[in-house]
Amino acid sequence: MEGTINGSLNMIGYGLAAIGPGVGVGLIFAAYISGVARQPEAQARLQTIAILGFALAEALAIIGIALAFVLS
Amino acid sequence: MINVATGRLRADETFTPPGPADFDLPPIGASSSFEMFGQTFALGVTKPMIQVVLAGVLVFAFFYVAAKQRSMVPSRLQYVGEAGYGFVRNSLGRDIIGSHDFMRFVPYLFTLFFFILVNNWFATIPFIQFPTMSRSGMVYGLAILSWVIYNAVGIRKHGFLGYLKLQTVPSGMKGPILLLLIPLEFMSNILVRPFTLALRLFANMFAGHLLLILFALGGEYLLLHGDWLVKPVGIVAWLLFIMIAFLEVLIQFLQAYVFVLLNAMYISGALADEH
Repeated sequence: MEGTINGSLNMIGYGLAAIGPGVGVGLIFAAYISGVARQPEAQARLQTIAILGFALAEALAIIGIALAFVLS
Repeated sequence: MINVATGRLRADETFTPPGPADFDLPPIGASSSFEMFGQTFALGVTKPMIQVVLAGVLVFAFFYVAAKQRSMVPSRLQYVGEAGYGFVRNSLGRDIIGSHDFMRFVPYLFTLFFFILVNNWFATIPFIQFPTMSRSGMVYGLAILSWVIYNAVGIRKHGFLGYLKLQTVPSGMKGPILLLLIPLEFMSNILVRPFTLALRLFANMFAGHLLLILFALGGEYLLLHGDWLVKPVGIVAWLLFIMIAFLEVLIQFLQAYVFVLLNAMYISGALADEH
């Protein structure tokens, strides 16, 4: 049929679901950058915490992509 | 020409988008299959299996050669090996597990980090270009290993009940709220951890590789089969492909780092003294 779009609606759902973790990761690194700007000597300590927070926020996006492929 | 009414930019040949099927590499060599648990299992060696072994051999060989001729004035190779070891030992071991008993876990963390790193970088190294960890089975093995290790370490230090109390009862909590908190903490600290650990690494490698396939195939399609108006978009897609490939190198490093970081966090959580 002319003008049809094929594909899974799951992917649109995943795109919407990825907004949340995206905002979260952005907030984490914003806080990390301003923390380092205020106190550069704390960078090594803040880096670990920032990456940990990033990994935990990213887990939501990861669960989303797994479910987008698994659910049908 | 661009069909404005339908918004389609393509010529009439069909374009099949990449999907999970692109990761199913056929077994190399003679293969037979058997049925078990209602699934078909193929016997044979696949590319990711070879890569896992290759990664182990490469990591061992590199650090064996780097550590063989130790001298006070390090050679370049020895310097690189020591810098890599020092990075894992200090930033992942000592800073997170704590200076008291981190040395016990450094060999595990060190091996894990470089094993995953090499396996991830296989996605970028020319002629290999397939991330081993984009096959979920490879990652489950690592996740189960880390689950067994941090639980075993905790049970050994605190005893079974003491460990369960440490992991499920948040300090300073009393009263009926515990009825709600204990199942929740048990879920998050014992049950869900291996799954998120495995899925994070697997899905990052999977999605990254899928993205690269998409840009490569899409660029090729636009350039060769598209109308003349969309051909430049194919070139833009290939430029983006190169940029994303560099971004992927960073992500591959970061995911190896995060995997080992979380391993160290879990171990340090299991070793923590009760408050």
